[in-house]
Amino acid sequence: MPVRVQTEEFDPSEEIRGFGRGRTDVGAVVSFTGVVRDDDGTLDRMEIEHYPGMTQKAIEAMVDRATERWELADCLVIHRHGAMRPGDQIMMVATAAKHRVAAFEAAEFLMDYLKSRAPFWKKEFTCAGKTSWVDAKVNDEEALKRWEE
Amino acid sequence: MIDVMYFAWVRERVGEPREQVDTQAVTVSDLVDELRAREPRYAEAFKDLSALRVALDQELADFDAPLSGVREVAFFPPMTGG
Repeated sequence: MPVRVQTEEFDPSEEIRGFGRGRTDVGAVVSFTGVVRDDDGTLDRMEIEHYPGMTQKAIEAMVDRATERWELADCLVIHRHGAMRPGDQIMMVATAAKHRVAAFEAAEFLMDYLKSRAPFWKKEFTCAGKTSWVDAKVNDEEALKRWEE
Repeated sequence: MIDVMYFAWVRERVGEPREQVDTQAVTVSDLVDELRAREPRYAEAFKDLSALRVALDQELADFDAPLSGVREVAFFPPMTGG
């Protein structure tokens, strides 16, 4: 179950090729790609800081939980850090399961946990030279509650 | 000695990414109190604990967690991954 934390760009279509293939018990593959969004044309770039000692371990623990709970045949998480421009890919999640409900739910679970429990912090740099740390949203924390058993 | 690390705006307010701290603090909260008493930049960084998260040896923890046996403490704002 690969987990990659990297600065380099990645190609989601390249990553998804072959994902879950070679297994005849996989009936559903879901993938999600997160992209740097600029709502009003003022964002120059985003920089993502992370906690190198913790990031990989924290994501692997989430992947283990998802794999067990939804009996995933395969799972992939890629998350970038460093500088990214609007339109650049930030991260992707892919899940392979027997049925689509499991594949979708596992992907959503991983997205919710990556947002609020993986040690990444986003900082925005505007074209005008202003900087601000992106605040965590109350909704993101709320989203985790639906996964509590 | 404990390695103390700071990330995001906590790092910016403290002014450094990590340091070694000689402490007898029993819990994370005790360590926070010691740091706050040091200099205004720490007091500023640790002004509102509800806006902070802590990890002990790279695992998320609570502020009342004991520091016994812990080698690395990290302070940071709520995470914004994804």
